[in-house]
Order: sequence, then structure tokens, then C-alpha cells
Amino acid sequence: MADGALFEVRDLCVQFATPRGRVNAVREASLEVRRGECLAVVGESGSGKSQLFLGCLGLLAAGGVVQGSARFDGQELLGPDSTPRRAALGTRVAMVFQDPMNALTPHLTIGRQLAEVVLDRGLLDAAAARARSLAVLESVGMPEPEARLRQYPHELSGGQRQRAAIAMALMTHPDLLVADEPTTALDVTVQAQVIEVLRGARDRGLAVVLITHDMGVVAGIADRVAVMYAGRIVETALARELFDSPAHPYTAALLASVPRLDTPLAGRLVGIEGQPPAPGAEPDGCAFAPRCASVLDVCHRSRPSLESREARSVACHAARLEAGAGR
Amino acid sequence: MTETLLRVRNLTVRFPMPRTRLLGPRPWLTAVNGVDLEIEAGRAVGLVGESGCGKSTLARAILALVAPQAGTIEWRGRPVRHDDATGLRRMRRELQVVFQDPVGSLDPRMSVGESVTEALEALEGAQAAAASRARVGSMLAEVGLDPALHARYPHELSGGQCQRAAIARALVGRPKLLVCDEAVSALDVSVQAQIVNLLADLRRRHGLALLFISHNLAVVRHLCDEVAVLYHGRVVERAPAAAIFAAPRHPYTRALLAAVPDPDPAAHRRGVAPELGAASEAVADDGCAYRLRCPLADEACRTRAPRLEGTGDGHLTACHHGRARPAAD
Repeated sequence: MADGALFEVRDLCVQFATPRGRVNAVREASLEVRRGECLAVVGESGSGKSQLFLGCLGLLAAGGVVQGSARFDGQELLGPDSTPRRAALGTRVAMVFQDPMNALTPHLTIGRQLAEVVLDRGLLDAAAARARSLAVLESVGMPEPEARLRQYPHELSGGQRQRAAIAMALMTHPDLLVADEPTTALDVTVQAQVIEVLRGARDRGLAVVLITHDMGVVAGIADRVAVMYAGRIVETALARELFDSPAHPYTAALLASVPRLDTPLAGRLVGIEGQPPAPGAEPDGCAFAPRCASVLDVCHRSRPSLESREARSVACHAARLEAGAGR
Repeated sequence: MTETLLRVRNLTVRFPMPRTRLLGPRPWLTAVNGVDLEIEAGRAVGLVGESGCGKSTLARAILALVAPQAGTIEWRGRPVRHDDATGLRRMRRELQVVFQDPVGSLDPRMSVGESVTEALEALEGAQAAAASRARVGSMLAEVGLDPALHARYPHELSGGQCQRAAIARALVGRPKLLVCDEAVSALDVSVQAQIVNLLADLRRRHGLALLFISHNLAVVRHLCDEVAVLYHGRVVERAPAAAIFAAPRHPYTRALLAAVPDPDPAAHRRGVAPELGAASEAVADDGCAYRLRCPLADEACRTRAPRLEGTGDGHLTACHHGRARPAAD
């Protein structure tokens, strides 16, 4: 299964020490990403989707502790020796965040910031760095790249800033790009352009992890999808299969609650009643059981484990019964 | 005949910008440029457009939070004047607002019950409010906040719960029009659906009119009777919701609709971006503001700004090519 995986996470847990005790942000999460593939990690706020990757890359906030394994190109990033992680981060593994203004330094030109990425690592000389900056800006579809090199972040529009932030991430020709809600702060028109940029990078062989809560964005680019709820991965599947036939009731509810332009107006949107469990809560059974439409007695007592069949894994008692009955 | 609650005529709001040269003229930013808008009792009007198009400034002018440079606003037939404190008070009882950030729009030092009570006291005076204390509880119950949560503080509640409290606070004085400025944009999609349903219920139950400002066209489609599309401070298209989603006439409206990501990989259209092009941020100063992004732009668009004109069916478009629809892609 994990053959050819560029990035492989096994049984990852992320905990935070808070005044009210330890809070589990991510529990026993496993996933892998291959070259030239886009994996979307979806879930609502607080589901742990960002903490999972911040944990793997050693970027947790103070008080955060990570356990488990994260292997990048065969090397363990979470071992006692931090050298492999530091060597990979920012060079072979790059990140893009939601707010491009925070990713860019306000008092340096775009050209300087792009060049710095490779100059500081001693990867290229000044002339080559400038040439690469231009090439990378072009590859992300930046209008008039030459002129942009001389501009400051505040002179760019929101969409151009996010392109510049993505360009910065691509300067070292990384193998893996982790994009955390890269389109959330952008207008739909600009969002469509940024998705196009990420799709281009993926098509050139980059492995892309897209962390998002927007199912529309997922449908536009993802090859595979991992759905998270209350810190756990509850379903992984090929994107097309996930949208065609979601197996976990949470995935189904999430898809149903997206307002769409092309469906008949039935009147009401389908929300998910209730709230996700509080961060510190440790329910015995399935965390989604109190909100679930297909809930069984067993769901309140025992937590379903993630079970795989072919390209899909699901953690749900009801889905397993249904799959069993279908055979 | 339904009452027209709000009538906006030729509204223009400009903001002074810093001088670019020491003794040069002061430049002005025109955020809202000659907008006309009516909202009838009980109707839901959607206001859509990209960030910076003037949606929020228009809302703030309607709420009398910024003073317009030109144009008039009438509330139930009376002109809204910024020097008329009594008139503004009366209007604010009937015209309320819910903002985007649900936690930030509530006082962190008040429980949500206190916040709603405070709103009632401000509108009706402390004594009258004491008599109608029961209304606070029933309002909070109506927006779906469990009585156990009424004594909680905003930081103890989720974003969706805070937004319910903010809606209760806005509605406790029984307004006729609720302005929602991106009121569901910061919420998770499952919670967003709950709040959209809540707004639809409250509308039906109380005959509440809505001015629903959003960049999410799919949500607007679910909630609104009528849609106005704003581009660079001007209304470029206004029509009944069914008409605008079935057959958008302005090229900008079509581009906005095409850019909405379709949550279905099979149907996903590749390359919606070309129509928006590289110059997507450029705005023309003369002629049609949209012409630098527009695939249909020609000489007429450069020389003359199009006026918002209708075809008699309530569908208004400000475009020289508004009726010449290109083949659907």
C-alpha cells in the first residue's frame, strides 16, 4: 500500500498541554502522499487537520507534543535526531498558509524575498537566483513577473500575494507542498486561479497536500481525500469515489451541507445538527455518534476502527454493516 | 401593496486618500458610486461582489454608520439624515445588522443573555425592557440557543453559537430589515447551513426583510428573492434571483458564477480563469469599469460607461453587450 509513498504518516498523535489538562488534537492518524498526487485533508475547524501537518514538520505551537512516525522519502522526521527534519523543511518540503500577507515580509521586495530562499541555503548564486525567481513567478501565472520583483507585498493584490507566497514555496523545487487553506481568504475568482496554479504544480510532479474545509476546492484538484473529525481520520478515498458514494455518515453530511449552484432549490439546506465534541472530551464510542443520522447502539459504546478495502478506509460501524450486507 | 422599507437613490460614498505629493490634490476613493436599491417588506435581497467592490460600505451607509457624499436614503418614506438623532433612533429600532465575526461582535465581558438584554434596553429603555425580559429568553430560544448557554460568555461558545446570539441580539427589538454583512462566511459549512436555515425560518415567521451581503453565490441563491451584483462601487446587474442564476446577463456576473467551485469532481470545469485573465485586478477609470477584464469589451465600452437598464422584466444590466449573450461554454 505504502509503496512509492513520498510522505508517510503512521499513528500520529498531537497533544497540547493546557491549563485544563492534556488535549488531544490529533489521534492515531495515518496517511501517505505520492509524487504527482494531490491529497486533500478536509474537516471543520478544530478537527486537527492543520495540527497533523504542523506536528509532522515540527511547527507546533508551544505546549504541543507529537508522537508517532512521519517519514519523508524514507527518512524519519520525528526521530530523536532533528537533522533530517531540518534538512527537509523549507527545502524539499514547503508550506503555504492561509494569509499571504503574513507569509511575506512587508519591508522587502518580492524579488529579494524569493532570492533569499535559495541564497540563504547556498543553493544558487545571485544571478541564478534571479533567473529562478522569474521562472517560478511565471509558473504561478503572475502577471508581469519582472515588474513584481521590484514591488513590495503591499503593492500586490490578495491573489498576487498568494501567488508570490506559493512562488516562494516553490523556489527550492520542493518535492512536497503542504498548502493550509491557501484559498480561504480569497475571492472566488482569485480562488479559481490559485487552484489552477496548484494543479499546475501537481501536474509537474509535485506532491501536494491541500488542507481545506471547502469541498468545492477539493473537487477541483484532489486525487485522494482524507476526512477528519474530532482529531481522527474517519474516511480516506479516491476523490471521485468519495464524492460519488461517501461511506462515512459525516462525509455524507458534510457534502450535503454544501450549498450548490446546480441543485434544485429544495428550500432548506442540510446542516449537521449539534456541535463537534469539545476539545478535551474523550467519548467512549464514535465521536460523531451524537450528531449521526445512521447511529447504532454500538456507536455509543465502542469506537469504530479505520478499516480498509481497496483504496478506501472508513471508521464507522454502520458503514461496515452496510458493506457486509452488500456482499 | 407591499411597503418599500428602504429606498436608496444615486448613493455615492467616497473616502479621502493620503496625498501622493506634498502639495498635490487629495485623491479620493469612490467606494460606492451612484447606487440605486429598494428593499420591500419581507423581501430578501442579496448583494454580491468581490472584496473591495463596496458591498460593506454600501451597508454601512444604509445603516447610517458612514455619511454619503451624494444621493439619498429613505427609510419607510422618510429621508435618513445624519443630524436627526431622533429619526436615526427610530430607524435603528427597525433596521439591525449582523456582522461576519460572531465572537468579535459580542461584548466579551457580557454573557450572551446580557448582550441581548442590553440591546433591548438600548432600544426600549431600561423600564420597558424589564417588563419584556421574557422576550430575551424566548428570542434566544428561537435562534436555537439552549437555555443552559444563556449565562455563558462568548469565548465559551462556538462560532455558530455566537452567531446565533448575535442574531438574537439583532432581532430582539423586532426589526423590519436585517442587514447580514458576510454573516455566515466565517462559519464551517455544516454550521453555515444551520444559520442559513435559521435566517430563512425567521424571515418566514416574522416577515423579516434581509439585505444579505455575501461573496458566496450558492448561499445567496438559497436565501434571496433578488440579487444585486456590485462591481467597483456600481450595481452592474440586478434581477430576481431565479433569473440571475439561470441566465446572468452581465459578463462579470457570468465570471463570478463560473468561478464558484463545483463540489463534484466529475462536473468540474477546467480553466475557468481565462475570462478573468492576467489583468483581473485592473480597473478602468473611463468607460465601463469592467472593460479591462471583459472578454466582450469594445470601443463603446471604452468611451461610454453603461447605464443600469432593464428590459421590462425586472432584470437590469449595466452592459453595452448585456443582451448579446455569447454561446454558453
